[in-house]
Amino acid sequence: MATKAEVLDFIRVYADKMAEHRQELTDFDQAIGDGDHGINMSRGFKAVIEKLPTVEDKNIDDILKSVGMTLVSTVGGASGPLYGTAFMKAGAAVKGKEELSNEDVILAFDEAVGGIQFRGKAVQGEKTILDSMIPAINAIKASIAAGKSMTDALVDAEKAAWDGVEYTKTIIATKGRASYLGERSIGHQDPGATSMAYAFQAAKEVAEKAGK
Amino acid sequence: MVGIVVVSHSQKIAEGAVELAKQMAPEARIAAAGGMEDGGIGTDVSKIFAGIEAVQEGDGVVILVDLGSAVMSSEMAIEMLEDDSNVKIIDAPIVEGTIFSSVEASIGSSFDEVVEVLTGCKTYKKF
Repeated sequence: MATKAEVLDFIRVYADKMAEHRQELTDFDQAIGDGDHGINMSRGFKAVIEKLPTVEDKNIDDILKSVGMTLVSTVGGASGPLYGTAFMKAGAAVKGKEELSNEDVILAFDEAVGGIQFRGKAVQGEKTILDSMIPAINAIKASIAAGKSMTDALVDAEKAAWDGVEYTKTIIATKGRASYLGERSIGHQDPGATSMAYAFQAAKEVAEKAGK
Repeated sequence: MVGIVVVSHSQKIAEGAVELAKQMAPEARIAAAGGMEDGGIGTDVSKIFAGIEAVQEGDGVVILVDLGSAVMSSEMAIEMLEDDSNVKIIDAPIVEGTIFSSVEASIGSSFDEVVEVLTGCKTYKKF
């Protein structure tokens, strides 16, 4: 379960992480892309935080949609439409909700990943965001189904996400600018998969703090 | 007249392509939607959306893109339109495409004709 306050907290914690890891994400992107992922994500989430006070009284779906809309106009790189679509789809999945059940949380994640797949026309195994996101969501589902708490499920999800990040070091990029590098992209971790792993880390920290 | 929107990560590339096309087709309806609001490198969905609205007269709009997020951001801008029936992203070289489509649109060609010229532009031989 997640309250609106926790959703807002998640957005703030994740924004802090994007600021904190700005250089690291940029360095990963410099190795195989255009070297702006950390700059773009931190700029986008800085704008999200500036906008947040104007929407924090609204329903969870409006808040998530507003985050998405802000990202698509402020991130600048491919992560703008990708993360933006994810937040908008997650919002649409929980329309009118003041509070999210575990099923709602899973539905929101499912819709978010579906949105990213649709927008990026990608599948798992192409060295993208999906390589940490899909295993993380699968871990949440498996853990909740096994009767674990949301905090424990998110601990499992974060671990699965970082395993996914490690896996991206072993594969060739076939999407985005990293695909121009072909085999030279092997050995480098995907910046998008990395920034997505931080999202599950943020969600886990918020759940831990709330004692869920 | 068919409208044209030029979407690049660089504001200068988008504006430069428009400048070049205007030289040949001064009356063409072209919008440069390059870079971010602050002029930085990137693509911005709201800037593209505003560009489409600015050049749409009802005859359709073609969108030229450079790469990567230019495509995704343009797709999102199209999805936000009330009527997206005659707005299309065309896979063509951005500079040549902007010039060819501007000339074609300014002589009063239909949306389909402009799209056809743009599509052909991909295999146009420079020498």
